[in-house]
Amino acid sequence: MNFRDNIGQAFTSLKANKMRALLTMLGIIIGISAVIAIMTMGNSMTVAMTEQFQELGVNNVTVYVQQKEDEFAGGRFGGGYETTDKDLLTDEMLADLREQYPDDIDAFSLAVGVGNGQTTQGSKYANLTLLGVNAEYKTTNNIEITRGRFVDDGDSESRKKVVVVSDKLVSNIFGEEDPIGKSILVELQGYVGTYVIIGVYEAEDSAMGPSTSSEADVVTEAYIPLKTAQLIMKVNGYEQATVMTAAGVNATEFTDKITGVLNKYYSRNEHFEIAAFSMESMVESITSMLNMMTLVIAAIAAIALLVGGIGVMNIMLVSITERTREIGVRKALGATNGEIRAQFIVEAIVICMIGGIIGIIVGILLGIVGTAVIGNYSGGDMEFKASVSVPSILLATGFSMAIGIFFGYYPANKAAKLDPIDALRFE
Amino acid sequence: MNIIELSGIVKKYFIGKPNELQVLNGIDLTVGEGEFLSIIGESGSGKSTLMNIIGLLDRPTEGGYTLGGMDTLEQPDAILSRLRGQKVGFVFQTFNLIGRMNAQKNVEMPMLYNHVPPKERAERAAHLLEIVEMADRAKHQPNELSGGQKQRVAIARAMANDPDVILADEPTGALDSQTGRLVMDIFHGLHENYGKTIVLITHNKELAEETQRIITLKDGDIVAAQYGRGHKENAKTPAWAEAPA
Ligand SMILES: Nc1ncnc2c1ncn2[C@@H]1O[C@H](COP(=O)(O)OP(=O)(O)OP(=O)(O)O)[C@@H](O)[C@H]1O
Ligand SMILES: [Mg+2]
Repeated sequence: MNFRDNIGQAFTSLKANKMRALLTMLGIIIGISAVIAIMTMGNSMTVAMTEQFQELGVNNVTVYVQQKEDEFAGGRFGGGYETTDKDLLTDEMLADLREQYPDDIDAFSLAVGVGNGQTTQGSKYANLTLLGVNAEYKTTNNIEITRGRFVDDGDSESRKKVVVVSDKLVSNIFGEEDPIGKSILVELQGYVGTYVIIGVYEAEDSAMGPSTSSEADVVTEAYIPLKTAQLIMKVNGYEQATVMTAAGVNATEFTDKITGVLNKYYSRNEHFEIAAFSMESMVESITSMLNMMTLVIAAIAAIALLVGGIGVMNIMLVSITERTREIGVRKALGATNGEIRAQFIVEAIVICMIGGIIGIIVGILLGIVGTAVIGNYSGGDMEFKASVSVPSILLATGFSMAIGIFFGYYPANKAAKLDPIDALRFE
Repeated sequence: MNIIELSGIVKKYFIGKPNELQVLNGIDLTVGEGEFLSIIGESGSGKSTLMNIIGLLDRPTEGGYTLGGMDTLEQPDAILSRLRGQKVGFVFQTFNLIGRMNAQKNVEMPMLYNHVPPKERAERAAHLLEIVEMADRAKHQPNELSGGQKQRVAIARAMANDPDVILADEPTGALDSQTGRLVMDIFHGLHENYGKTIVLITHNKELAEETQRIITLKDGDIVAAQYGRGHKENAKTPAWAEAPA
C-alpha cells in the first residue's frame, strides 16, 4: 500500500462519518485559527507601531530635565518644584556634550514652549501652540514644508518675529489665499504678538490618542525662532532637547553617555537632574511587549491545540475499537502491522491537516477583521494593515501535521499490534 | 506436489498457567496442489484453530509447517503478512466485507497490500466480480447486498491475488441451503476451472461429501479421513491423497 492509497483509504473512512470527523477537527480548527488570528493581529500591530516610531526617528535621544527621584519620594505633596532658569539645559552644556562625542552627534533639535492660544481674523479663528524651535527641529520632527521655508539660525540670532504655521491653520484663516508674508496676531494667556508667516507645513494627524476636535477647533503647532521664544519666556535654557545621533550610533546605549556628561552639571542641583530616552529603546520595549503578548496568547492557543490533539487521539481510539474487525480482515488480506499503523497515522494526519487548513483560512479572516476592529478602536489615527504572518502559517501547517503524527501514533500502534484472530472474532 | 505440509502441530492456550489448554494435539496433514479438502468435526474440536494456523494468522505452539515449499515458522510477522496476502485467500462465515466500501473496492483490497497498480486492480476486481456473477452490483455497498451476494463478493476478494489456497471457514454457515448450494457451486468452479486448492470447514456432511477428501477432527486429533465423491468423479485428484489408516 503506497502513500496515495493510504490517503484514499483515510478519506473513505472519514467520509463514512463526516459529522464525527468535523467535530474531531473542531479542536484543531479553533486552535490553529486562534494562533493565526493572533499572530496576524500581533504582526499588524507591531508593523504599525514600528512604522509610527520609525517616523519619530529611532536614532534620536530625547534629553530632559526631571525632578530627582528622591525628591519625588520625599518631596512636597502634590507636585514638586517649578523649574527656574538655573535648572534648565544650557547651550554650554550641549556644547560640552558635543565636544566629548563629536563623532556621535549630528545635531541638537531644541524647542521652548511659549503657550497655547488663538489667532483670529474677523470671524475666523484657529487654535495653536506657540513653540520656539531651531532649524534642526524640522528634521527630528519630520516636518514637511509645503510653502515658504522653515525658521533658521539667522531668524533666531536676530530674534525675528516670524512664524511657520500649519496648513490647517492656513485653511481656517486664509482659505485658498497665499499666506506667505501675511501677518497674524497671536493671542496667548498673558502674551500677544504679531508674526509674519514665512512658511507652511503639512500638519499630520496626531500620532496616537483620540482626535476628537473638529477641523475648526484642531490645535496645531506654530513655530517661531528659538531665541525669539527665549526672549518672550525670559529663559536662556531648555527643558528638553533632542540629540540627533550620527548614523550607526546605538541610540539606546548612547543615552547613558549623555546623562553621564550632563548630570555633572546637576550634582549640586537640589531638585533636578537630566534624564534621557531614545525612540529606539521605546520601539524595542513596545515590540518586546507586543511579542510577549503574542507569545502568551499563542501559548493559550497552543493549549487549545493540545486539547484538540487529545480529541483526535480519543476519536482515533474509539474508531479503532469500532473497526477492530476491519483491522483483522485487513490483516487476513495481507496487511502488515506497519501498513495498518501507517493507515491510521495517515488518517489522523488527514484529520489534522484538513482542520489545520480550515483553521488557517478562518484565522486569516479573523485576523483581518480583528485588525480592522483595532484600527477603528484606535480612532483611525494609526494605519493598521492586516499583515498575515507567513511563518505562522507554515508553523501552523507543520504543527497540525505534527499533532496528527504525535496523537495518531499511539492509537495507530495499538491497531497495528492487534492480534488478527482476536480482531476477527471481535463482536 | 504438496502445497500444505503440517507435521506434529500442537496448539496450546494459557501456556504455563493452571488452566493450560491444548487444542491441537500434534496434527499431521498434507494437502496436495489442486486438492479440495473438507474438515468436519463437532464444535470446539479445533477446526478454526487449525485453519488459522494454515492461513498464517496464528503460529502453532509446536510442530512444523511448510506452505508452498517454504518453511513458515521461522519467518517474521511482516513476511507472514505478505505470504498470507499472496498465497492465501480467506472466506469467512460472516463475510467480513468492509462496510464503507463498495463491492469493487472490497475486492481490490488484497491487491492494495500486494502493490498492484490501480488500473490493474480495478480491471482484475471487475473480472473477478464477473466470475462470481456480481458484476452488476460492483458499486453497491455491502449493506445493500444479500447474504449470498456478500459471500460471492467475499469469494471474489479471496481470489484477488490469485492465491494458491482458499481457506473457507463455514462459508455457508450463515446462509440458507439454497444460497449455500450456490456458494458451494462457486467453490467447485474455482477448483475445477482455476485449479485452486481449497480447504473447507463445514458442519454440513452433505457438502463435505462433495469434496475430494474429508478429515474429521475430534478434541484436537484427526480421527477419520475418507474420500469424498469428488475423489472418484474428478480425475485431477492426486493419487497420493490417500486416507490415512
Ligand atoms: N484465543 C483462545 N484462547 C483460549 N481458548 C481458545 C482460543 N481460541 C480457541 N480456543 C479454544 O480452542 C478450542 C477450539 O476452538 P475452535 O474455534 O478451533 O473450534 P471449532 O472447531 O472451530 O468450533 P466451531 O465449529 O464451533 O467453530 C475451543 O475449545 C476454544 O474454546
Ligand atoms: Mg470454528
